[in-house]
Amino acid sequence: MAFLELSGIQKRFGEVSAVHNFDLAAEKGEFVSFLGPSGCGKTTTLRMIAGFERPTAGTIVVNGADITNKAPNQRNIGMVFQSYALFPNMTVADNVGFGLRIRKQPKAQIKKRVAELLELIHLPDKADRFPWQLSGGQQQRVALARALAIEPQVLLLDEPLSALDAKIRVSLRNEIRAIQRQLGITTVYVTHDQEEALSLSDRIVVMSEGRVEQIGTPFEIYNFPTTGFVARFVGTLNVLSGKVLDPAAGTIETAGQAIRTNGPIQDGHAGDPITIAIRPEMISMGAQEGMNQMTGVIDDVTFLGAVVRIRIRHTDGSGVLSFDTFNNPNLAVPDRGTSITISYPPAACLVIDKAQVAAAAAAATEEPGAA
Amino acid sequence: MTQAALPLDAPGTPTRARPARRRIPGGWLGIVPFLLFSFLFLIGPTFYLVIGSLQDAHGNWTLDNFVQLFTPAILQTYLNSIEISLATAIFGGLFGFLLAYSVIAGGLPPILRSALMTFSGVASNFAGVPLALAFVFTLGAVGLVTTFLKGIGIDIYGAGFSLYSKLGLGIVYLYFQFPLMVLIIAPAIDGLKKDWREAAENMGASSFQYWRQIALPILTPSLLGTMILLFGNAFGAQATAYQLTGGFIDIVTIAISRQMRGDVLYDPNLGYALAMGMVVIMAISIFGYTVLQRRSERWLK
Amino acid sequence: MGLPNQSIAATAIVREMEPGEHGSAPARGAGRSRGRYLTRTAWWVVFIIGFLYFFLPLYGTLIFSLKSIPFGSAYTAILNDPQFVSTLTYSFIAGILTIVISVLIIVPTAFWVRLKYPSLRPIVEFITLLPFVIPPIILVFGLENTYGGPPLALTNTTTGLNLLLVAAYVILSFPYMYRAVDTGLRAIDIQSLTEASQSLGAGWIRILAQVILPNLRTALLSGAFLTLAIVVGEFTIATFLSRPAFAPYLSIVGDSKPYEQAALALVSFGITWLAMILIAIIGRNSRSKIKVSVG
Repeated sequence: MAFLELSGIQKRFGEVSAVHNFDLAAEKGEFVSFLGPSGCGKTTTLRMIAGFERPTAGTIVVNGADITNKAPNQRNIGMVFQSYALFPNMTVADNVGFGLRIRKQPKAQIKKRVAELLELIHLPDKADRFPWQLSGGQQQRVALARALAIEPQVLLLDEPLSALDAKIRVSLRNEIRAIQRQLGITTVYVTHDQEEALSLSDRIVVMSEGRVEQIGTPFEIYNFPTTGFVARFVGTLNVLSGKVLDPAAGTIETAGQAIRTNGPIQDGHAGDPITIAIRPEMISMGAQEGMNQMTGVIDDVTFLGAVVRIRIRHTDGSGVLSFDTFNNPNLAVPDRGTSITISYPPAACLVIDKAQVAAAAAAATEEPGAA
Repeated sequence: MTQAALPLDAPGTPTRARPARRRIPGGWLGIVPFLLFSFLFLIGPTFYLVIGSLQDAHGNWTLDNFVQLFTPAILQTYLNSIEISLATAIFGGLFGFLLAYSVIAGGLPPILRSALMTFSGVASNFAGVPLALAFVFTLGAVGLVTTFLKGIGIDIYGAGFSLYSKLGLGIVYLYFQFPLMVLIIAPAIDGLKKDWREAAENMGASSFQYWRQIALPILTPSLLGTMILLFGNAFGAQATAYQLTGGFIDIVTIAISRQMRGDVLYDPNLGYALAMGMVVIMAISIFGYTVLQRRSERWLK
Repeated sequence: MGLPNQSIAATAIVREMEPGEHGSAPARGAGRSRGRYLTRTAWWVVFIIGFLYFFLPLYGTLIFSLKSIPFGSAYTAILNDPQFVSTLTYSFIAGILTIVISVLIIVPTAFWVRLKYPSLRPIVEFITLLPFVIPPIILVFGLENTYGGPPLALTNTTTGLNLLLVAAYVILSFPYMYRAVDTGLRAIDIQSLTEASQSLGAGWIRILAQVILPNLRTALLSGAFLTLAIVVGEFTIATFLSRPAFAPYLSIVGDSKPYEQAALALVSFGITWLAMILIAIIGRNSRSKIKVSVG
């Protein structure tokens, strides 16, 4: 049975629907991310789990108990805020022990638990500091310790790393994940950063404009996006529009040439407009047998360090494709304006359509080395 | 076109021909008028008062004036001032805080907040003649409220109340004490981040626990500091008291104005000493306010 | 009653002009209905008590002012009273002069202190805090004595007295003007603006006049309004310098024309309130946002 269950959750603010029919079943110990752009409803949903917003409809069940109408100070759900929200008039130790003092635990026990938690977040010697004496990353860790101190059933994190420097973000998110794994707490993590979501989560809920676009593992979300939004939001993608040529053979016409996609097109008819997406890493330089090919002129070359991103314009002027190739110091990076041919396998063409992708996902899991 | 010598010398700025005559960086010219003006019309006169308070009528140095400050009559004057100022500071501070909180975070319609804030801006200016008058019309012997209360059986003047007393003056003073508190404490209340309340609730705290352990401790420096400011504010008020009582209530500002008008016992040097005593009290109050304000700024940033 | 409230009131008003940035909005999370309902009622009670306290004296004044016969004649009498016009004009002119001088002194000072001489900041701030410590009654006392006799006998001539009055008012305006201008400067990045202007060839007068000043419009506007309010309402200094200003007139007119006095008091209150609202509206529409921390 799911540990955290949201069923039919809706939230309206007056006329505006902020969250629309949200369903989620998370197992105990699972790390779920809500991923989406600003205003997609991910924070609102999180706040409903915490109790700071009341759902207009739907239920929230934690470990079998319906908490939909419970006051936020009675849910035993820990939350880490984007702004840390550490109490400025208390020391680190007092902040972390706050929830325990509310629960009237004996002083000695609180002291011990606080020390344990400070060890866990690697700040054992900061117990008597005040929040303003700490760096952003340290404050966030204290906020985490404070939320964990009460041994919550569920841990919620609302974009906890967005205010921090890039390097700290990476190390801190790994720390958070490590602690979460160690303690086995069911966790919901809200972020707009897809890299964070992909690297941390067991499952990701991609949201847009109050609706759930897709729920799946990072692998599924990235490689088999079921909607155009997910395909575009997660990772970089080349999107090509065209017309269906032969649904049974799965060929379409785009940018003036016929190419094969990854399988028959369900419910398609010749002449239908269609959109496909190709991940840049699936494209390679040179003309290769058995693959779709495209010849064009290099529009732009961007050196990104480990990766070199090349943008090509099709010779007839339509269609632009970006592809990535690994940086190789022994190979010269091609110049702008040179002519180039690229290839990509039919299997790399994602038709941005649900049924199609589901079939492809099923096929992929049967033959691990195929695509 | 000649270029004024600019004080900023950012590296990479193309050098321009500077007129040799300008040795002084242009900056000083900007500050000198301020310093000159302040000296002529603020510091100078004050200094004059300081000197004068240390002299007697013939110009000899003496501490006699300050000794006189401790005569029972004058001491009582200071005590009156302190009493009224303290009372209106505490009461004005507490209710002013509640009033501010009610429109900011008490769940009232937002328009009431703007109304209260703009009104407070005006009300803190509404002192002296118009204010005293307004209260005479309201709580005077035949005032609006007095008559109304009489109508329902409560005779406040019969019971010994008088607008022209220390209590009455205090009630009138509140008219600018409340607004001052409201205006100053509003940003502090805004500074109480919503997150803190939510984090506290998240940890299981009740409303009361939140207030006692988080909100009040955070607000206390601001509250105290502002109350100190209110104290100084009431202490320095003169026009209102004068208008209300014709100079009959003995407070320090009235005493000083009597010296200026040529009191029967005209003793300017005493007047200076009175003024100095007042300056000291005001200085302490402003200092206390500044210290507490910096403290609270640290937390509410 | 003196300085602190004007200055702090002013800066608070400037701050309040920030549209929609006030925190602690209680609208969200209105879950636990009954508890919230009770506390909300309590706050309404507080507000209503405050409202009554503020409203009744004004109402009392209004009632009294309408007692003259015929009805409302007090108000028409004001308009026909030559002294009303003359004293109000006097105070107005004094106010405008005060504003101009104050701006001319304060803006360059605040600018240089911020840009180039941050070490002078404590001194300047201390001086601007002095008018709090030295209330008007003492200030005028000091001025009278300093300039009452030779060699600087200003109190013997009308011009001299007028000069003293405006000078005193400028001093009174310092705490407020400085704080507003300083915060206004903080909100615009004067370092970059100045450097950009220099690189384009501007001298410092041009920088001040054409680059800095226009961006301080909101701060200066609220400063001007409030200084005007202070000057028009100022009683102590005007009285002791025997100047024909508005507030002393308001005080004396009651002896002969009580109803007009009440009407006048109310009218001056109303006008000031309108001015405040005007500042707030203009401020809301202004592009340059100024966040002034009070105190």
